[in-house]
Amino acid sequence: MKLTVWTYEGPPHVGAMRVVTGMKDVHFVLHAPQGDTYADLLFTMIERRGHRPPVTYTTFQARDLGSDTAELFKDAAKDAYERFKPAAMLVGASCTAELIQDDPGGLATTLGLPCPVLPLELPSYMRRENWGASETFYRLVRGLAGPYAPAPGEARAERRPGPPRCNLLGASALGFRHRDDVKEITRLLARMGIEVAVSAPMGSGPQDIARLGEADFNVVLYPEIAEEAARWLEKAFGQPRTTIVPIGVSATRDFIEEAARLAGVDPAPALEDGDLRLPWWSRSVDSNYLTGKRVFVFGDGTHAAAAARIAVEEMGFELVGLGAYNREFARPVREAAARYGVEALISDDYLEVEAAIEAAAPELVLGTQMERHIAKRLGIGCAVISAPVHVEDFPARYAPQMGFEGANVIFDTWVHPLVMGLEEHLLGMFREDFEFGHDAGPSHLGAHGAPRAAPAAAASEIMHELMPAAPARPAGDQPETADAVWREDALAELKKIPFFVRGKARRNAEVYAAECGAEVITLETLYDAKAHFGR
Amino acid sequence: MTLACAPDTAIAAPGAKRDVLRERGQREVFCGLTGIVWLHRKIQDAFFLIVGSRTCAHLMQSAAGVMIFAEPRFATAIIEERDLAGMADANDELDRVAAQVLARRPDIKMLFLVGSCPSEVIKMDLSRAAERLNAAHDGVRVLAYSGSGIETTFTEGEDTCLEALVPELPAEDPDAPASLLVVGALADVVEDQFARLFDMLGVGPVRFLPARNASGLPPVGPNTRYLLAQPFLGRTGAALEGRGAKRIAAPFPLGARGTEAWLRAAADAWGVDRERFETVVAAPRARAAKALARHREALSGCSVFFFPDSQLEIPLARFLHEELDARLIEVGTPYLHRGHLDCELPRLPADVLLSEGQHVDSQLDRCRAARPDLTMCGLGLANPLEAEGLSTKWAIELVFTPIQGFEQAGDLAELFTRPLRRRDVLRVS
Repeated sequence: MKLTVWTYEGPPHVGAMRVVTGMKDVHFVLHAPQGDTYADLLFTMIERRGHRPPVTYTTFQARDLGSDTAELFKDAAKDAYERFKPAAMLVGASCTAELIQDDPGGLATTLGLPCPVLPLELPSYMRRENWGASETFYRLVRGLAGPYAPAPGEARAERRPGPPRCNLLGASALGFRHRDDVKEITRLLARMGIEVAVSAPMGSGPQDIARLGEADFNVVLYPEIAEEAARWLEKAFGQPRTTIVPIGVSATRDFIEEAARLAGVDPAPALEDGDLRLPWWSRSVDSNYLTGKRVFVFGDGTHAAAAARIAVEEMGFELVGLGAYNREFARPVREAAARYGVEALISDDYLEVEAAIEAAAPELVLGTQMERHIAKRLGIGCAVISAPVHVEDFPARYAPQMGFEGANVIFDTWVHPLVMGLEEHLLGMFREDFEFGHDAGPSHLGAHGAPRAAPAAAASEIMHELMPAAPARPAGDQPETADAVWREDALAELKKIPFFVRGKARRNAEVYAAECGAEVITLETLYDAKAHFGR
Repeated sequence: MTLACAPDTAIAAPGAKRDVLRERGQREVFCGLTGIVWLHRKIQDAFFLIVGSRTCAHLMQSAAGVMIFAEPRFATAIIEERDLAGMADANDELDRVAAQVLARRPDIKMLFLVGSCPSEVIKMDLSRAAERLNAAHDGVRVLAYSGSGIETTFTEGEDTCLEALVPELPAEDPDAPASLLVVGALADVVEDQFARLFDMLGVGPVRFLPARNASGLPPVGPNTRYLLAQPFLGRTGAALEGRGAKRIAAPFPLGARGTEAWLRAAADAWGVDRERFETVVAAPRARAAKALARHREALSGCSVFFFPDSQLEIPLARFLHEELDARLIEVGTPYLHRGHLDCELPRLPADVLLSEGQHVDSQLDRCRAARPDLTMCGLGLANPLEAEGLSTKWAIELVFTPIQGFEQAGDLAELFTRPLRRRDVLRVS
């Protein structure tokens, strides 16, 4: 058993729902207890869909347990077919139904429904949401495109005349910016004369899946969902696939070269884009202060690895931490981490992520909604780069992450909290001013700062924060330099340091004092430590 | 023994037994685990440990929204493959996780082990686990109850939780004077208002279940009269009867008239005279009436459709009908407790369709055919119905917002009128 407050990923059947909810003309019958319909609201509320997900739940209750549940499943599947008349149906079990061992695939087969029925095995106690999405898409592709695959060993059919064509694979419901990424990459490919045959699973139906084999190659937009299916298509239809995810300027250019090579076209028309502004924005003198900003990156493997490259090579940040929650895609993250000299954190435990962020003391966190809240708690700026995300990250406006417009979006999104940080710094310069006093706290980030109405309480709280040996601090939370004592003038100076590096400065001074055997931290010690640790 | 309904001029003569449409099929409802979201705010030193799957943790995350980041006093012990395969003794694992929770949160005085569908299907005995943990941990009371979807629907999770608390209540001295126990979690502000009103009426001593602290559990005994503040407490009511307490029959304290009838039921049981009652309730009743007047204009004649969700549907429908002149089409409830609704049902108009249970697709067909002005439903249905041009009010808000009592009557009405007002102000399509 594992103690969990929140989870980066849902169970695998939620992944299956993400695949079918993006599609047309399919229906998913899920053997699940009453209550599992909560997952519907992820789609109707967070993604704001105006339709119910195409999912029928058996919603069995305690009184149904026993042989009755199998009948319940059959009735639900029959009714769902009659009502929705889908072109293909998927059947599967959620975690509880997995335990009662009715076999949805077998039961559905006995019904003899007049459409293809694809059974899903979703091992809920071992796997998670992304795996469920990947597996579901793979089963769909095998089940619906499989019958059209040439026999093994046969040469690939002569390609049809006309422009080169590819499939875009991986976009799903509840995907972070999937809607706009598809649009952006479709446009980018069009500039090289490459047509998109099918974009799947989002936006496609069973008939589209059936003709995936007709395209010349596959673009894997989100490896978490599409890699498995693309590998199989490569084997079955001899379709090569792209390996570079076009997030960031350089990655987009690499992707263009790769796609052009697979399509046999000239990449030049796509490589230059008059609307691409990130490179100039990043070179403009206003961005000078971004240099060497310490950034911590966490998310799904694909987005985290892409963000690390952008952060270092395109924004000029210093990468101080990199990690991912989905173990299946740890490899690209480990590689990126090695490239930029940090150790990869592969974990789905937010407490571990929080500890790593605290230890790295970054000035900017790039992560999921969990990191957004961690950063808020720590008073650090943060931008969201990966699912899981909340409703505000399914925006009304055009907001891709991929391609050149995606790079523009990323520049704005990441710099925004730092500009806020700069504002805070400026405010800090006026901190003797009562309106901007230390007790006012970092307003935009709503962190520890206590309201001005209670200056005495706030001051004592700050003393506790700054004086680790103070008794009010919970045991176990004390740095090893607990015996360090701060001279008042040093403490006053410490308060002048902007809040987002203050903790780091405090720790450095204490470590330095401990190393030198100094019992009291003076103004002198503070500046000696600054020189000692200065980057 | 149950006291008869308090006399009220608004109550129609109890007619013949009502027909109720009972349906089976897909149910678009939450499971009882969701109750933890408000219960853990109410009982301030309790921790709720769900024994379940990743789905349970994901549900709590989705239901609790932003609250999940505020170091909440609930968590899930996720059952893993090795627990199922017998590679690890699930009981040992549970003991380990419980100890982990208690070590991290030394301020916790009561630990609830909450059963889920997976833990119940594999027949983990959480009651025995609770006994074991009680012996192992001093100073913490460990209890077990079920919040599983196979056993409970949404608010029934509060019912099973309070039912588990009833045996823990200290026994009231048999010679003690009659006491009033108000049952059902209420927002603190509402609880305080009711405590003041009962005090002014001279009804008491008054205690509340759940109490705000695990150490402050109210006593119960044959001299206890209990008054339900929530309609979904069937099992808790039965458990209290088992300890000798007697129910005061009343409608639920929603709206001005509901609140007045609820208070009067208690006042009558205490023999409070009419004059005193009038003196106490006149001012807040007048305030509530004033607050309701402007909403009546908006809702009068509007047709309303309830999907099942919380068992609050029938009292809410009564309020909409009696006090706001809305026209009821269908009132769906996940479970209909005829005994506890004895003072509510006669107040509903004869032509409304009552339905219990759900076949969501058939119910959606009925809803679409009726095209109500306002539809009360869950978040999974609300946006899809809005996209079809139907105005909706998402039901879960009615459980999280303070809606009971005189002072909240206007706020309660506002919850229903806001979607209609919004429909009218938007000039974009």
